[in-house]
Amino acid sequence: MRKSTLCLAVTGVLSALFLAMLVHARVQERTAALRRQPSAELVKRLGLTDLCLFTEARYTRHPAMADRHAAFQDHPMALDHFPSGSLLAPPAFPSPHAPPPPAVPEHP
Amino acid sequence: MRPPLQRYRNILDFALSSLLRRKGRNLALISVYTLVVFVIASLVFFVQALKHEAHELLVQAPDMVVQRMVAGRHDPVPLAQVEAIRSIRGVDEVQPRLWGYYYDPVFGGNLTVLATEDAALAPDAIWIGEGVARSMRVKEGDLIPLRGYDGQSTLFSIQKVLPETSELVSSDLVLMAPKDVRALFHFPEGLATDLAIQAGNPRELPTIAAKIVELYPDSRPILKSEILRTYEAVFDWRGGLMVVVLGSAVLSFIIFAWDKATGLSAEERKEIGVLKSLGWESADVLLLKFWEGTVISVTAFLTGVLLAYAHVFFFSASLFEHALKGWSVLFPHFRLSPALDGYQLTVLFFLTVLPYTAATLVPSWRAATVDPDAAMRS
Repeated sequence: MRKSTLCLAVTGVLSALFLAMLVHARVQERTAALRRQPSAELVKRLGLTDLCLFTEARYTRHPAMADRHAAFQDHPMALDHFPSGSLLAPPAFPSPHAPPPPAVPEHP
Repeated sequence: MRPPLQRYRNILDFALSSLLRRKGRNLALISVYTLVVFVIASLVFFVQALKHEAHELLVQAPDMVVQRMVAGRHDPVPLAQVEAIRSIRGVDEVQPRLWGYYYDPVFGGNLTVLATEDAALAPDAIWIGEGVARSMRVKEGDLIPLRGYDGQSTLFSIQKVLPETSELVSSDLVLMAPKDVRALFHFPEGLATDLAIQAGNPRELPTIAAKIVELYPDSRPILKSEILRTYEAVFDWRGGLMVVVLGSAVLSFIIFAWDKATGLSAEERKEIGVLKSLGWESADVLLLKFWEGTVISVTAFLTGVLLAYAHVFFFSASLFEHALKGWSVLFPHFRLSPALDGYQLTVLFFLTVLPYTAATLVPSWRAATVDPDAAMRS
């Protein structure tokens, strides 16, 4: 078999798969509306305002409702999603104002 | 076969033989090229699908949410404001929302506790999201203790686990009766966390918001359009962050590909010299190099995009979902629906295929226009 035949066949298969991908995406888009129905109903019924994607801190759980986006407001190491988070070091942990930890009894 | 078509196939055959002579180098190039297209396409597909999902779901959110600000932070809203806001022309419904966060020290996750007046909710029972059930390893009918403001634990029976298909909005939810929310958090009567407002005409929302601020200067109205914009910005930022991280890898690839495409080796120059002395024209040499570049870039583009599609929509973007979804302990499980953007695919094609193919042509043109004798001697 000529090399060009094999090459054109491989490109043809890849192009066919690419077209199949576009068709699959379109079909999925239609069925997605049906699959999304329970979530959409819940959002409407409960008056939800945010997606449950980032639950690590208040302002990431409800970015649309949060205080004016205060960094590290939940936990000294709770990462924020703002550029300042990569420049501003998190506060020392445990805080210098925190009471000293209870004494650990020595192992007999 | 027609002669012109036959000529192209002959040159393609020769181009493939030429690529196979430097098998190792070209295979490495195709692999790295495919990887770069795969990563960028995965990112584009993932961010686009999340943005689409957020928009489709949050379009059902309240038209406006009114918070009360005290010293720059939001504070409970007096229920007395409900009637005053309801009397504003254009407001259809004002619904006080009672909600808050509950930190569970056992699994270290934050839950969102929300009051619901659903008649189907039994007394002293709760409904929980699938994520809560998974993290706490509980199911319908089980009892879970929640620690109240006074340190006392209250047992709640799980009446229902919310459907798995709604996890994207309900994974961390704990729904309970308003009286239970007030008892758990010692939330005073006569106050709500915020107010959800529905308006008949969305175009009146800015006017309604202005009237609310006029009526209660310490209030902060958040329009639905702002909620949707927040998500656009969040995903753009997270997607952009990944691009910055990947930037150095992409740059390395560009330097590698540019070096490969623009610099002809002595062997390749000699090959062009031999071809020209055998009667090949400059146009044939350029066509040869064009085929070489096209075979590599088109194969890498198609393979990279197909792998990215499978990665994001069949394997839930498992390679970098953690970087994009954050560092949550309580993690929703969901499958994204494809939302392909033709414009983005076209941009990706032009940014990956065209520059490489063009870059291979310039040095070949230079080499093809010199004297064959000089090319062979060099």
